[in-house]
Amino acid sequence: MNKYLDLYLTFARIGGLTFGGGYAMLPILQKEVVDKKGWSSESELMDYYAIGQCTPGIIAVNTATFVGENTAGTMGGIIATLGVVSPSIIIIGIIAALVNNFMAIELVQHAFNGIRVCVIVLMINAVCKLSKTSIVDKFTLFIFISIIIATSIFDISPMILVFLAAISGIIYSKAKGK
Amino acid sequence: MELIQLFFEFFKVGLFAIGGGLATIPFLQEMSVNTGWFTLSQLADMVAISESTPGPIGINMASYVGYLTSGLTGEIVATLGIITPSIIIILSIAKFLKAFKNNTYVKSAFYSMRPASSALIASATISLIPIVFFTKSMINVDNLKINCVVLFIVLFLLIKKYNKIHPACFILIAAIAGVVFQL
Repeated sequence: MNKYLDLYLTFARIGGLTFGGGYAMLPILQKEVVDKKGWSSESELMDYYAIGQCTPGIIAVNTATFVGENTAGTMGGIIATLGVVSPSIIIIGIIAALVNNFMAIELVQHAFNGIRVCVIVLMINAVCKLSKTSIVDKFTLFIFISIIIATSIFDISPMILVFLAAISGIIYSKAKGK
Repeated sequence: MELIQLFFEFFKVGLFAIGGGLATIPFLQEMSVNTGWFTLSQLADMVAISESTPGPIGINMASYVGYLTSGLTGEIVATLGIITPSIIIILSIAKFLKAFKNNTYVKSAFYSMRPASSALIASATISLIPIVFFTKSMINVDNLKINCVVLFIVLFLLIKKYNKIHPACFILIAAIAGVVFQL
């Protein structure tokens, strides 16, 4: 298949299967981009997420642009991004046009309560997989735990935390003389 | 004229909202006041719909506002507006990273950004727990939704056992379980 078409369709599928935003997209991305297509590795995906959190814009879009660029250059980045937003345009268009009180429909509420449980399970699974590639020694474990504690106690922007982590990584590597 | 304004309003949101879909809400509140395209209560509905329909939350919100303003064309224009800054910024960073990927500073920054990123995703997961497992998001024994916990355990075991199956299958199973068991 044409590479651009493949990127577009894969990212359209990812967009259409993501419930709950950029973070919840991760399990689907791992499946489609890492396992099935081999366009990125787990650790590259983590890099994209890290950057996506401290640059402007929507995380899902930032990640799509990165993977697309890495796979097929500038056009690849643009096409992957158009792919990831296409389902939203269609689905929201239908809901906005046809349904007045979408969230008040009882059937929809029940279905989404089930889906939310599934999203948590998928995310736990994704974090476990990622931890294997991102927590490689005591220092990275320390960063992981400190950030979980920091986010649960204080209301700090993720952007600041990612920046602090980057700086401490540079200082730590310098100090160790790597 | 309105389409051009729509594009630039969302271009601004895409440029200044850092940290994902929900970070767009304050900007949309301001847009509601300034343009009158939608009311604050419509915005609340939009957030609920955007969070529970497929797709990135920020994109869903842009599509919704775009639709309310000028139908399907508005949707496309608003979405293009919000993604344009990302595309430009990320493409530049991607080129930069390719050039500097063997630089020691870049390497050691990523070495510690990766666990940070995993931790943020873990925290996002933890923050969903009260919303999903407790009625009114209040954590105490009386409010615990037992059938959601049961579904959680069943799905968890299924995913561990059949990890080759596409996540979408589990989402579908969960949706059906939600309807059947009136979650």
